[in-house]
Amino acid sequence: MVIYGLIRENRKGSLLVDTQWEECLARVDSFVRRTFPQQNHQLPLSRALYEWQEQLRQRPRSIRLDAEGVYYRILNKLVREAVNMGVGAVELVNVNGQRYIGDGLEGPVRIDIYGVPGNDLAAFMDGPHIVVHNNAQDGVGNTMNEGKVTIYGDAGDVLGYGMRGGKLHIQGDVGYRVGIHMKSYRDQVPVIIAGGRAGDFYGEYMAGGVLILLGLGKKNEQSIVGDYLGTGMHGGVIYIRGQVPQHRLGKEVGSSPLEEKDRALLIGYLTEFCADFALNLDEVLAEEFLKLVPVSHRPYGKLYSY
Amino acid sequence: MKDRLLTPEFRVVVDHQRCTQCHRCITGCGWGTLSCNNGRIVADDFKCVACHYCVTHCPTGAIVVEEFPLAFKPHANWTVGLRKNAWRQAQSPGMLLTGMGNDQAYPIVFDHLVLDACQVTNPSIDPLREPMELRTYLGRKPNSLAFDSLGRLITPLEPQVKLETPIVFAAMSYGSISLNAQKALAMAAEECGILWNTGEGGLHKDLYPYGHCATVQCASGRFGVHSGYLNAAAVVEIKIGQGAKPGIGGHLPGEKVSVEVSETRMIPPGTDALSPAPHHDIYSIEDLRQLIYALKEATDYSKPVSVKIAAVHNVAAITAGMVYAGADIVYIDGFRGGTGAAPTIIRDHIGIPIELAIAAVDDRLRQEGIRSQASIIAAGSIRSSADVAKAIALGADAVAIGTGALLPLGCRVCQKCYTGNCSWGIATQRPELTRRLDPVLGAERVSNLIESWSLELKEILGALGLNAIESLRGSRERLRGVGLDNTTLEILGVKPAGR
Repeated sequence: MVIYGLIRENRKGSLLVDTQWEECLARVDSFVRRTFPQQNHQLPLSRALYEWQEQLRQRPRSIRLDAEGVYYRILNKLVREAVNMGVGAVELVNVNGQRYIGDGLEGPVRIDIYGVPGNDLAAFMDGPHIVVHNNAQDGVGNTMNEGKVTIYGDAGDVLGYGMRGGKLHIQGDVGYRVGIHMKSYRDQVPVIIAGGRAGDFYGEYMAGGVLILLGLGKKNEQSIVGDYLGTGMHGGVIYIRGQVPQHRLGKEVGSSPLEEKDRALLIGYLTEFCADFALNLDEVLAEEFLKLVPVSHRPYGKLYSY
Repeated sequence: MKDRLLTPEFRVVVDHQRCTQCHRCITGCGWGTLSCNNGRIVADDFKCVACHYCVTHCPTGAIVVEEFPLAFKPHANWTVGLRKNAWRQAQSPGMLLTGMGNDQAYPIVFDHLVLDACQVTNPSIDPLREPMELRTYLGRKPNSLAFDSLGRLITPLEPQVKLETPIVFAAMSYGSISLNAQKALAMAAEECGILWNTGEGGLHKDLYPYGHCATVQCASGRFGVHSGYLNAAAVVEIKIGQGAKPGIGGHLPGEKVSVEVSETRMIPPGTDALSPAPHHDIYSIEDLRQLIYALKEATDYSKPVSVKIAAVHNVAAITAGMVYAGADIVYIDGFRGGTGAAPTIIRDHIGIPIELAIAAVDDRLRQEGIRSQASIIAAGSIRSSADVAKAIALGADAVAIGTGALLPLGCRVCQKCYTGNCSWGIATQRPELTRRLDPVLGAERVSNLIESWSLELKEILGALGLNAIESLRGSRERLRGVGLDNTTLEILGVKPAGR
C-alpha cells in the first residue's frame, strides 16, 4: 500500500529511491511464489521474470516482455508493477490467450500486444492505450472508463459492455452483443468503431455513446449487422455505413437521415480510425450512412401502476 | 373523489381541542395528506400511508392514524388485498409496484426453530464476566494451515475482511435511499466495525472516506463502476439477483436521477437508469468466473469478491458453481428480502425462504468439500438477534440486514419506497424530505441497534455454553424444530423438539 502511495507521488514529479524499485521486485517475487508455488524453473516464466527484473533495474521508459507460457496472473502482475513504476511503453510478445490484460490499469501507458490476447482485455481500464497486432477475443473494454484499444484484426463478443469512456477501434468484424449498455457521462463519450460487420444485439440497451459500423470488405449478399439491433436502446447514437433492413431493428430504435452535425462528428471519429488502419477517409465516407437513435428516452416508463 | 374504485387504507383523526395550528404536520407529511382549511387541519385519507411522521412530530399529540373502518364482505379466497390490487390496476394500468420485503403470510421457518441452552451437565458461560467472541472474518479460507519451525504461519492467506459482529448492512443504493440515509449506515458501519453496501448506485464522493468499510456492487447496469470505485472498497460484489425480485432487472425512473444521483451513477441527470435482468457478459458459470477474475485483476487480488444471488429453487447447485468460479463470499438473499421498488407479483411469489436456502447451500458446499473456500452471507428478513443466531447455526457466516437497519432511522415499513415520498427522508430524493434525516443521529441509532443485537448474541452464546460465534456456525445440533414437517426438518438438518 505504501508503495502505491509513493508511486502516485512519483507521477507528480518526485524521485523514486532504489529501495522502492527493490521493494517492487520483491512484491512481484512473493506474488509469483504464492500464485505459482510449484514453479518449474525450466519454464519460460522464469526466463520472462528474470528478463523483466533485469530490464526494470535499468529504470526504463519502455519494457519488453516475452509472454510465452506465462500464466496470466503473473503476466498481468508484471505489467501492472511496471506501469506503477512509471514505465511508459510495454511490449508484450508471444501473447497467446492470456486474459485480463490491462484490467483496471490507470495512467498514460501504451501496451503493444503481439499475438492474440484472451478475454476481458482492458476491462475496467482507465487511461492506457492498448494496441493489439492481431485478433482479440471476447469482452474487450468491459466497463472501460477511459483509454483506447486498437485492434488490427477481428474481435469477439460482448465488446464494450457498460463502457463509459474511451475508444475501441477494430479493423475487422465484431461478434454478438457489441456495445451493450454503453453510456456517456459529462464529457465522457465512449466510441466503438468496427471496420467490418457485427452480429446480433448490436447496441442493445444502449444508454449513451457512439457506435460506428463500416462493413468494409463485406460481400454483397452479406448483412452488415445481425438481428435485434438496438433493442432497448434509450440513449446514444449508432451510425451504420449502408442500409439495414427494417426487420433487423429493435422496436425501440428509429432511423433518421444524417444531419450536418452528424457528418462533422463522423468525419472527426473516422479521421482517427482511418489513420489507425491506413484507410482512405474519402472512400469510407463515399457511401451513405444510416443514423439510428432511440425512439424514446423512457422505453420502459409506462410499465407500472401507481 | 368521483367514481373511485379504491377506498382509503387509513384515516387521520385530528383532535382539534389539542391542535395548536403549528402546521408541523402539514410540512412534515411527504404525501401531502394534510392541509389547512378554514383554520382547521384536514386530511385527505386517500394519501395516508401510516408512516406516523405527523403523529410522532405533533407537539401536542393531537393526531391519531387508524385503520379505515370499512368492512369488506369476508372471503377467504378473494382476500381484500387481491381485490384492492385489481381495483388499482383497473384505475391505472400496469404492473403493481411495491417496496420492502414480501408481506404475504407464508410460514416463517425462523419462528419454528428454537435454540438450545446448557443445563447442569455442561456449564453455560456468563458473557458479563467472560470474553465472548463475535468477530467474524469474511473471505476464502485455506483448506489447511502450515507453520515453520518457529511456529509462524507459512500458508498464504487470501484477503479477509474483519467484522466485529456477524452482521452487515444489505445493499441499498443511493437513488433508492437518500444520501443522508446511506451516510448514516456508512457511519454506523465504521462505528460498529462492520460493512455497509453501496448497492449498484455508485459511491458518492462524500462517502469515499467510508470506502474501507463498504462493499461496492458491480451489477448489470455497471452504474458508477470504475477502477477508483472498486479500489476504494473493502469488498467488491457482483450482484446477480435480489431476494425481492429474483431474475428481473431494475428501473430507476428518470425523475429520481437528480444531479447528485447522476454524478454518483455516472449517467446524465434525468435519464432512466435501466439495469438489465441479466449481466449480458454472464450467461454461464464460466462467464461468472471471468467477471470475478476481471474484478480481482482490477483490484490486484487485494480484496474478496462476493457474488450475490437470490435464493431460488436450485440455489445449492448454483452456489457451488459460484464458489468453483472463484467467489470468496456468497451472499444469498431469501424471498423475504427487501427492495426499494419491485413488481408486487414478483416480490410476493418468487424465490424460497432463506432458512431453507442456508441449510441447502451449507450442505452442498460441505458435500463438495468447498465450504471453507467461501463465506456465506444470509439475508432476506433477519428481524432480530435470534434470527442472526439461527441463521448462523444453520450454516451462515454472517447475515445482512436491510429493513432492520432502516427501522432505527424511522422506517415504518409502509412499503411505499418506490414513490420517493418518504416522510422520514429515507427512501426519497426530495431535498425538503432528505434534509430532515440527520446522518449523525441516524448513525447513532443504527449503531445502538447493532450493539444491542451483539449483546443479545453474546447472551445466546453464553446460554449455549459457547464463547465464540465460530463455534455456533453450522452447528445445527443446537437447533430444534417446533411444528415443522419431516421433509422441512430433513432439509434443515434439524431434529424436532423433544428428540
